[in-house]
Amino acid sequence: MDFLTLFIVIPIITMIGIVLVRDTKQVKIVSAVGMTLQLINSAILIIMFLLQRSAGNIAEILFIKDVVWYPSLNIHYFVGVDGVSVAMLGLTSIVIFAGIFASWEVKDLTKEFFISLILLSTGVYGFFISLDLFTMFLFYEVAVIPMYLLIGIWGSGPRHYSAMKLTLMLMGGSAFILVGLLGLYFNSNPTGGPLTFDLIHISKIHIPLNIQLFFFPFLFLGFGVLGALYPFHTWSPDGHASAPTAVSMLHAGVLMKLGGYGCYRVAVFLLPDAAHQLGWIFLILTTISVIYGAFGAIWQKDLKYINAYSSVSHCGLVLFAILMFNKTAMNGAIIQMISHGIMTALFFALIGMIYGRTHTRLINEMGGLMKVMPFLAVAYVIGGLASLGLPGFSGFVAEMTIFFGAFQHPDVFHRVVTIIACSSIVVTAVYILRVVGILLMGKIRNDHFLEIRDAKWHEKLSVGVLIFGITAIGLAPLWLSDMINNGLTPIITRLLAAVQ
Amino acid sequence: MLVMRHELLLVIITVILLLVEIFLPKDQKHKIILPAILLFTIVTILGFLPGITGELFGGMYVSTALTMTMKNILNIGTLIVFIQSVSWLKKEENKEKISEFYLLLLSTLIGMDYMISSGDFMMFYLGLELATIPIATLAAFERYREKSAEAGVKLIFTSALSSGILLYGISMIYGTTGSVYFTDVKAAFEATPLQILAFIFFFAGMAFKIAIVPFHLWIADVYEGAPINVTSYLSVISKGAAVFILMIILYTVFAKIAIIWRDVLYVTSIITMTVGNLFAIRQRNIKRFLAFSSIAQAGFILLGLIGQSQLGMTTVIYFVLIYIFSNLAAFGVAGIIANVTGKETIDDYDGFYRTNPLLSLTMMLALFSLAGIPPVAGFFGKFFLFAAAAQKGFYILVFIAVLNTIISLYYYLLVIKAMFLNTSDQPIGYFRSDNYTRIGLLLCVAGILVIGFASPVYEFILNLSYGLY
Repeated sequence: MDFLTLFIVIPIITMIGIVLVRDTKQVKIVSAVGMTLQLINSAILIIMFLLQRSAGNIAEILFIKDVVWYPSLNIHYFVGVDGVSVAMLGLTSIVIFAGIFASWEVKDLTKEFFISLILLSTGVYGFFISLDLFTMFLFYEVAVIPMYLLIGIWGSGPRHYSAMKLTLMLMGGSAFILVGLLGLYFNSNPTGGPLTFDLIHISKIHIPLNIQLFFFPFLFLGFGVLGALYPFHTWSPDGHASAPTAVSMLHAGVLMKLGGYGCYRVAVFLLPDAAHQLGWIFLILTTISVIYGAFGAIWQKDLKYINAYSSVSHCGLVLFAILMFNKTAMNGAIIQMISHGIMTALFFALIGMIYGRTHTRLINEMGGLMKVMPFLAVAYVIGGLASLGLPGFSGFVAEMTIFFGAFQHPDVFHRVVTIIACSSIVVTAVYILRVVGILLMGKIRNDHFLEIRDAKWHEKLSVGVLIFGITAIGLAPLWLSDMINNGLTPIITRLLAAVQ
Repeated sequence: MLVMRHELLLVIITVILLLVEIFLPKDQKHKIILPAILLFTIVTILGFLPGITGELFGGMYVSTALTMTMKNILNIGTLIVFIQSVSWLKKEENKEKISEFYLLLLSTLIGMDYMISSGDFMMFYLGLELATIPIATLAAFERYREKSAEAGVKLIFTSALSSGILLYGISMIYGTTGSVYFTDVKAAFEATPLQILAFIFFFAGMAFKIAIVPFHLWIADVYEGAPINVTSYLSVISKGAAVFILMIILYTVFAKIAIIWRDVLYVTSIITMTVGNLFAIRQRNIKRFLAFSSIAQAGFILLGLIGQSQLGMTTVIYFVLIYIFSNLAAFGVAGIIANVTGKETIDDYDGFYRTNPLLSLTMMLALFSLAGIPPVAGFFGKFFLFAAAAQKGFYILVFIAVLNTIISLYYYLLVIKAMFLNTSDQPIGYFRSDNYTRIGLLLCVAGILVIGFASPVYEFILNLSYGLY
């Protein structure tokens, strides 16, 4: 078996293990072992990848495995990674690892919970390693559908409504994607050879402009739904607010990145001419996402809603940077995906832990939590500072790179949207500091809070891993951006060729 | 005579069962169940042996590798229906009529096989009638229930009407071309207005059988009234056989007016899936619910026919194969619940997962497969159907179809919501289903899980298929 397939096999074996064991304690241990292996696996992958690169291997895609699946339709099981997908795999492993420990206290139907959670992560891993559009789409849907059960069974609040809304909107997005993929497939060989879903092959050919213009909106909107593109972001606040802790973490941290990654890897990469022509429409929409999300967060009283809207804003920034079509901004987009993924997972983990103790998520019912749970409170402050882009944390690196890249466009339109998007940083500072002030500082409003205990060992582990992630990227960003840069070269070359 | 192997084998076991039935004493009737299933299993397996292709009766009967595969698919489906209906047949009120059920079911299957293998319109019509009339009897099988009797009468009236329309079309074809043989008709076809009218009548007749909107109105009442095992047979095997022969006739006899029937199918497929889906949302009775969902599925099948290519034919057969497993699994679960508890509405399923997890999971797999969610087989079936339509550039149609799958996902999720998400004060308690039901469901689940990943199944069907161009 090849190395990358392990990323799908390990979760599957873990799920089988969970089915076989008896009590809930064993279920948790099996899940934790499985996901730890997965984390180690990602670390090995990153090291091996960097070693290959430093040894001078400049191939576009490494660790390729290609097996024919449906010979007549030319569908392959075709996997491989470049710098970008390696980074995304690492992100997924960190978040799912933290997610397992954050959901240590799930009581109802524990077995089913962990199976659904790991099934979801299987879809995500498969999506990031796939280079065949068919298997990519397959894994995409595998990642989306367990959300329905996860939110519907273990969620809180209007969970049935939120689960249905989220599932239907995301599957609606995949309807757009499906049409786009079929369009790519049937135009993948203009000279009349065998058709293919092979992403690398399609990226080497030139599809006529009118066809590109027809299919680009399908693909970009389709993936954009998952990337919380305005006006298709409405599933995100409801879904995140109702989801159980680990699911919010995984969903905001990783699943929304599938949207950004898909826009980048499929829509923009394969249809560059159309991206250039139609990019301005989506640039306006993403700018609205960025600003709207930030202002939306200010108004909210529920911690989860605040973070959900801030995710809309931050993920909007990812699509915004991708649509700038230059290397610096794209690099920023990928770092932003990683940074936001870890950061938002940290937030949702902390919110879950706080809610588990205070039994409320409304900020004006809380106060002075710093005194009773210092560990969680400090972690929350760290997350908040990273979110508003304080140097030393990952958020700063990402946003700096994005705006630096975006401002390189000399024309008025790009500069105006960049300035508008930039202003979201200020708004972010407002809602983060406001929450920190009300939630953690001041007097303790409720006597019941005095009996609260600080974090347990599994919570500390979960939070610690995530904080390590944001600070590591913030303090030493260069190895990450170098790794990503290499992977960006093909798409940038293709975009430049499209302009001329 | 070995050319007619499938039909002959079926006739032989029908006769054997008839003889056994005569000599069984009245209180021993249930002893026929096991031999019937075993015999039919042997027939199903024998069907897969490499067969002899050829023509009989001067071209009235044609057997090709393609028709043999279609018959095998129908055999598999019928076998599952046989196995699933045991627990229902063993009930006190049905005990005396067990062998009748098998005999009638086998006669309809013989009819379908002849219909698929027909080489002229006479043979086609004979097969169609043989496939239809016994089903009406089956629909009225629970004659002590008013609704069942109603279903039988409705079915017989609508099929008489549709047969009349169909025959009218065939008579026009005969009048204008001077032949009823498919090959002769194809050669003599000139696409005159009268012939096109003939096609419309023919298509309307078939649309009744497949339940394409606007010829679907009989389906909900019949499905609801008929016993659940008959309904599952009706919705899967009957429909599959009708789709197969419609496809063969469209691709051969009406090849010259391909552009015309493509437009007809284009419109009807959009209407069919949309109407089927929108009506399915409102249903609370699981049988009516599955009835409307099967209307929507018929709309999706038409997408493959619109492809008019080898890919199109392959995907239709492949989809029907997957549809058989998925729908039978759904009906199987609904059937066992109805048999044990008598409950048939979706609201009764509240909290079902907590008492009967395995049945709920089977239902979930079946519904996901019907909705086209990976990694179960339905995803592959739907994806390839859409590919067949997209191949000819009908992207808008594909888009409408995909949006329809989202609507269908909504109502399939409603059932899953009842089973998994909702809780109930009085859920259906735990019950142990009998071994026959378990085997039947196991076969379905295996099919749902395996067919998508096993690409040889698809490639095998592809090699038998042909396109218009």
